[in-house]
Amino acid sequence: MSHIGKYFIFLGTLFTNREKFRVYYRLVMEECISIGIKSVFIVSIVSTFIGAVTCVQTAYNLVSPLIPLSIIAVIVRDSTILELAPTITSVVLAGKVGSNIASQLGTMRITEQIDALEVIGINSSSYLVLPKMIASMVMFPLLIILAGFLSIWGGYVAGTLTDIITPQDYIYGLRSDFKPFSVTFALIKSVVFAILISSISAYQGYNVRGGALEVGAASTTAVTNSCIAVLAADFLLAQLLL
Amino acid sequence: MIEIKNIAKTFGDRQVLAGISGTFRPGETSLIIGGSGTGKSVLLKCMIGLVKPDQGEVLYNGRNFLTGDEEVQKEIRREMGVLFQGSALFDSKTVLENVQFPLDMLTETPSAEKEERAMFCLQRVGLEAAAERMPSELSGGMKKRVGIARAIVMNPKYLFCDEPNSGLDPLTSIKIDQLIKEITDEFNITTVVITHDMNSMLEIGEKIMFLYKGLKMWEGDNSTITRSTVPELNEFIYANKLLRDIK
Repeated sequence: MSHIGKYFIFLGTLFTNREKFRVYYRLVMEECISIGIKSVFIVSIVSTFIGAVTCVQTAYNLVSPLIPLSIIAVIVRDSTILELAPTITSVVLAGKVGSNIASQLGTMRITEQIDALEVIGINSSSYLVLPKMIASMVMFPLLIILAGFLSIWGGYVAGTLTDIITPQDYIYGLRSDFKPFSVTFALIKSVVFAILISSISAYQGYNVRGGALEVGAASTTAVTNSCIAVLAADFLLAQLLL
Repeated sequence: MIEIKNIAKTFGDRQVLAGISGTFRPGETSLIIGGSGTGKSVLLKCMIGLVKPDQGEVLYNGRNFLTGDEEVQKEIRREMGVLFQGSALFDSKTVLENVQFPLDMLTETPSAEKEERAMFCLQRVGLEAAAERMPSELSGGMKKRVGIARAIVMNPKYLFCDEPNSGLDPLTSIKIDQLIKEITDEFNITTVVITHDMNSMLEIGEKIMFLYKGLKMWEGDNSTITRSTVPELNEFIYANKLLRDIK
């Protein structure tokens, strides 16, 4: 419980004694590249295959001839937009981005780089963590939109290449009973997950004490805690918003 | 001038500093010496505001650093330069960007002037040729010199060096010591150096404070340290066989 209290105190420190806007602007741009652009490859691979697997497995489970094949595309679309794109992508990003943030800040802590910032009167948590959080909040939704498109495309490619479904049926299914709020819901989730992953990982890294072993442990804890937080928030948001 | 009064610090049930007092004067290189775990680095961190002592005062030209308001603390911080034990250079920035960093963050000076000042400091430590290199490309001694350049870039009144010789060969150590001494004299800085290096003590110790188990056991200078009658200090100084033989 004390960690939860310290975590919220840590979040509070991000907004006190802030630096000038131009300082954050430059740092946010750098972090957008590090968090966003450098994650495009892994997100693309994971989401394309998840879409493909969802399509194939849904078809495998549809045994009744009374159910139209276009339902496969409906299932791929809804499961992708509502769950797979935002949640699975965020879990993947918790591993990639979360561990990166925790180890970067942890290394800065043990090599006294954070002390060097503090000594000249810079609020190190705000200077180092706030740009990462803002960049995550900007880039996660974009990555999740990309993941959604690629996942649905992956389903299309897998379904049509293996003759599970015709292109016409797939497109028809994608367009049937589409609820635009699903996209809004996915984007809300992506922002919440971005805040959770970046802040939890930053908290773990920023508070490292010791050496390389502790940095590794903090990185592992950051990923574990971020994943748990993402899944818990996923459930809460589904309950609240759907 | 820096005055520390009755500084005490406890971590858990372990008392690390017990009522340390002392004065450090401008233009003087003051050394705080002692074995590992005697509280030297904690004392330095109390002086630069990275650790809050349980009791005591740290005065910079009469201004209380620990209880002064935010503006006073900010003003004092601007007058400080710190060389950390591991140099603490920012990995993602070049040498020049590292040195220029305090100017970027704390001043509104035009960038050409900032760069000029940073280059001057790099020249002062003999590293102008390494300006565009990354910290990972530098040797330990070069990193220390860049750390010194960054510490002096804001024209500090107070310079703190935490074990500037750790991990360096004796020749490079002496060069770093001499550089610290020269800078102290040249800019009339109040310099406080944490060390357990005997060469440094004899070379630049204009004032030396010996800590033992969190207590100040002895105070003097490099001309009197070898004649000390404090057993703990003698044990520390003459741990080396060569020095014992010379004695």
